[in-house]
Amino acid sequence: MDKFMLVFHNTPIAEDVYAQMSPEAMQAELQKWNVWIGGIAAQGKLIGSDALYPTGKQVKGASHIITDGPFTEGKEIVSGYLLMTASSLDEAVEHAKGCPVLEFDGIVEVRPIQHFG
Amino acid sequence: MEHPAQQLVDHLFRREAGKMVSFLSKILGFSQLSLAEDMVQETLAHALVHWRAGAPDNPEAWLYRVVKNKLLDHLRREKNWQERIAPGFLQQLNLDNSAETAFEHLNFEHEIEDSQLRMMFACCHPAIPEEAQLILILKTLCGLSVREIAAALLSSEEAVAKRLFRAKEKIRTEHLELEPPVGPELSQRLEAVLKVVYLLFNEGYYSVSDDAMLRLDLCREALRLSALLAGHPLSNAPKTQALAALLCFQASRFDARLDAQGDIIVLQDQNRSLWDQDLIRQGYWYFQRSASGNEVSAYHLEAAIASYHAASPDFASTNWQAVFHLYELLCQINASPVAAMNRAIALGYFRGAAAGIEALLNLENLGKNHIYQVALGDFYAQNEQPKQAEAAYRIAEKLVNRAAERRLIGKKLEGLVP
Repeated sequence: MDKFMLVFHNTPIAEDVYAQMSPEAMQAELQKWNVWIGGIAAQGKLIGSDALYPTGKQVKGASHIITDGPFTEGKEIVSGYLLMTASSLDEAVEHAKGCPVLEFDGIVEVRPIQHFG
Repeated sequence: MEHPAQQLVDHLFRREAGKMVSFLSKILGFSQLSLAEDMVQETLAHALVHWRAGAPDNPEAWLYRVVKNKLLDHLRREKNWQERIAPGFLQQLNLDNSAETAFEHLNFEHEIEDSQLRMMFACCHPAIPEEAQLILILKTLCGLSVREIAAALLSSEEAVAKRLFRAKEKIRTEHLELEPPVGPELSQRLEAVLKVVYLLFNEGYYSVSDDAMLRLDLCREALRLSALLAGHPLSNAPKTQALAALLCFQASRFDARLDAQGDIIVLQDQNRSLWDQDLIRQGYWYFQRSASGNEVSAYHLEAAIASYHAASPDFASTNWQAVFHLYELLCQINASPVAAMNRAIALGYFRGAAAGIEALLNLENLGKNHIYQVALGDFYAQNEQPKQAEAAYRIAEKLVNRAAERRLIGKKLEGLVP
């Protein structure tokens, strides 16, 4: 089994959609995530998953220039990740297709984790 | 994270949204209703992201921790934070130099329950038009979105939004507060509150909206609010107990009222073993508590009528004499055409179809009411006058809007023996 990281890229539009949802709709949206992540967990393939705040700080270069970032005016925000095991990249991609972020035209980046040594 | 995702209780967000908005409004003041709603929205959006891999063990406590922190953050930003608190609430606080210490000793559980009650009283302020009161309660206390309210009340989203906006403007500009009135005004306001809860239940029970789930939710919310009112010292008058009893009795028949196709089954044909006995017991419990004081309200009489139906093993053995007399009393308190119609129908079951027909024909202005025409048709059919029965059913058929009701009348027409 190899490890894969699924990185969720959200569009700022999706964040707006969340802000407008009724309590009932928000819970329904949450349920979708619970079902998706729960399905991966039920197969024993989930290592971990977290959501990220939309903004934080960026440290740049040898001089440690600190700026606010990422810039939310940009096209997309990294909103979270999920770390999982899968037998192949193809299998990980199949799992990624179920991610609810895709319903709001988001992107799920699937990246194999490198083994050293 | 080893556990598969925990399922959340149905409507948790909606229910908690209503509670949290009431709670924040009590602290910040009713005039800050929109701010309270924004804070709650942010809190739920937070949960939406943080609970993706599974809800925390105690989701309600999690939500309250976050919303409380949002409140303290908001107050911390203000130099004179005390000025941001509703005057009525300020007296309860230990006015130290920081907001945190002031809020430390508060009993939040108690405050939440109390604040929902105050919110109900505030939403029924006489300055807010009656039709906006129900919308305001659905939005702030029941956590329904504008779209859901429009669907439930068969109105347009624009119309609901407009009424909400006007009501909130009124709250803001006239500085309406959550403090319930005292003395005789309290009793008047309680009357308005009970009426809104009664309407809320009726919207769910009889509404023509086709969204069955939404209708059930409205009934549940009305039950929840009536229980809250019945249990609070500010509002636990005998008539409140009577309303709670009435709603329990009516709700006990919820599952028996519709068949698998969603068609209506009338009281007469309902499978009484489907009636919810727990709700009926609860109904009797409230009903006993309503029997004090010297006021007999319409809720008392309606609950008494419902209790006779609940107690009867089948339609035929209903104590129609008692039901008829209760409707007579109801007509004395509240001389509405609908009450008079029900009195006539009860008389027909008590004294026979001919008496029922006579009593119904004596009523005026009910010709365009489909229930009236159906009852008339039923009595004619019983009285072996199929031609007259058919005529009445045909009029009724033209008056109903719902397909389910039309099918019901269709079945009656087929069943006529020429």
